[in-house]
Amino acid sequence: MSTSDVTKDGIRGAKPGRDAMVGVVAGRHDGARPSHRRRGERSMVPEAKFSSYYGKPVLNAPVWKAPDIAGYFFLGGLSGASSVIGACASATGRPALAKASKVGALASISLGMVGLVHDLGKPSRFVNMLRVFKPTSPMSVGSWALAGYGPAAGAAAFSAVTGRMKGLGAVATGAAAAIGPFVASYTAALMCNTAVPSWHEAYREMPFVFVGSGATAAGGLGILAAPVAEAGPARRTALFGAALELAASQLLTRRLPEPLSEPYQSGKSGARFKLSEALTAAGAAGSVLLGRRSRAAAVVSGLALLAGSALSRFAIFEAGMVSANDPEHTVRPQRERLDRASG
Amino acid sequence: MASDNLLSSLLAGDTDPAAISGHSDHPPRMGFFTDTSVCIGCKACEVACKEWNHIPEDGLNFTGMSYDNTVGLGADTWRHVAFIEQRKPIAGQIAGVQHQDAGAPAIDEASGDLRWLMASDVCKHCTHAACLDVCPTGALFRTEFGTVVVQEDVCNGCGYCIPACPYGVIDQRQDDGRAWKCTLCYDRLQVGMEPACAKACPTDSIQFGPLDELRERAAARVASLHEAGVTDARLYGHDPNDGVGGDGAFFLLLDEPEVYGLPPDPVVTTRDLPSMWKHVGAAALTLAVGVAAAFAGGRRS
Repeated sequence: MSTSDVTKDGIRGAKPGRDAMVGVVAGRHDGARPSHRRRGERSMVPEAKFSSYYGKPVLNAPVWKAPDIAGYFFLGGLSGASSVIGACASATGRPALAKASKVGALASISLGMVGLVHDLGKPSRFVNMLRVFKPTSPMSVGSWALAGYGPAAGAAAFSAVTGRMKGLGAVATGAAAAIGPFVASYTAALMCNTAVPSWHEAYREMPFVFVGSGATAAGGLGILAAPVAEAGPARRTALFGAALELAASQLLTRRLPEPLSEPYQSGKSGARFKLSEALTAAGAAGSVLLGRRSRAAAVVSGLALLAGSALSRFAIFEAGMVSANDPEHTVRPQRERLDRASG
Repeated sequence: MASDNLLSSLLAGDTDPAAISGHSDHPPRMGFFTDTSVCIGCKACEVACKEWNHIPEDGLNFTGMSYDNTVGLGADTWRHVAFIEQRKPIAGQIAGVQHQDAGAPAIDEASGDLRWLMASDVCKHCTHAACLDVCPTGALFRTEFGTVVVQEDVCNGCGYCIPACPYGVIDQRQDDGRAWKCTLCYDRLQVGMEPACAKACPTDSIQFGPLDELRERAAARVASLHEAGVTDARLYGHDPNDGVGGDGAFFLLLDEPEVYGLPPDPVVTTRDLPSMWKHVGAAALTLAVGVAAAFAGGRRS
């Protein structure tokens, strides 16, 4: 190994008479170097906050595609919350809202599951999802939940549309409403149960962001599809969902340590997240203030709520990609934790 | 199956992963000790691994990153040799240092001091392996040797293991869709052979053997390096009480782990899963109650 650099201006740093002193204890062993280094660390020049290997990410980023997986997170939330609305609407004598919500639940979970299968590297092996049951894998638990939820949502919608098999329809409506909240929320655990720092460290708030977003979307669908007279609970569901989602998002970005909150606040993902919050707030306000009087206002509000919910999932998904690809997100919190532990 | 059992087994320190996974009468846990202080960056391990495991070519690119065009571990790179050029002297090999004042060793940039850190990275075969925990198909499994292996005839390419790995090891193979990583040469181990990379390593930087034995050897090596003045030497992934319960493949490094692209304090993501499930349950309940309240309140419509 050479200790010199050959530059255009000649050789720099060449040491005449260099000896390979293998085994000779030299330099650092007398303590001179460590003290030199410690002096350096106390200097006024701020040190680099983290090191990395040529700026390369530590993690391998998810290979999930946004339209499939962020899309499924949105559709699963929409479907799960719609099933609850559908059941409550049936029980309280609002047939139009019940039918719209049950059909919406079936359509959205079907589309979502198409996305899930499409995203697999080997789609022909999708049934392997039901090969084992593993509580350590939210994806495994979710697959079994979907295996129960999908048929229930289907039977509930079939009965609501055709008016046939009312008994089975009622049972299926109840089952879908029972599993629906889990379908809307487990995806948060699926996403946070990774090494992606901006997802993992947000695992306390994310389920509430997700169910809030699901309620926002399902409320929006109800407002959009049901007559104004029956849509009161859908408007209140949207308001509840929007309030929950916005509050949980605020808490999420505030509680995350500094580098990890950035993808939710700045850059493309941050801009999308802010736009989603604005759409959600505007849709909720519009539906509550104007949705009772004007059908047009109800349609616009419902669309804003659905768009806000979808955009929120895509923004959160994108934030995780940013976080996974940034070595600072992985290294800095871990380094700071080690430094704290060693005092 | 209870989450408390899961939690305790995940948090347990020095465990026997093969026994926990149901192998009753199993051989000792095998692993790698990669001593980077004697790595010469020849990449024989990369080549041997590719050849033995029939790993496809994954791009012949020029990165301009020192002598590393492989970049990092992935579906088609199961051994990766990192090259780091530093303006630091190598202790014990510095010409002329002993002739100078002890207080002013020649370590400033102008002196032309240079050291190359070279390190062969590999799957860590964690005691608490996140990839294995999150795999929904059971394609990833724990072998009788305590290693973690993907069954390629079961994997459906869901991709969950990829962001779960705290080290960025496993990845999806293009045009194949499935996840691939180091098997610690499971096929060779079963017939009593050492893994291809260790076999090919000309300096014994990659050492293969029973993990207990490797840990003892590594501790002795660090001690002798410290004695020789290489105070930078430290072990990485050897501690059964770290966030992944200790690595089956651990390292002797000459700088901080992050300099080599390794996470300084990785934690298996499933350590927080019991708490995640509780938050999911609370959120699901909140949704159900919230919607029900929306129907109960406001009797007008």
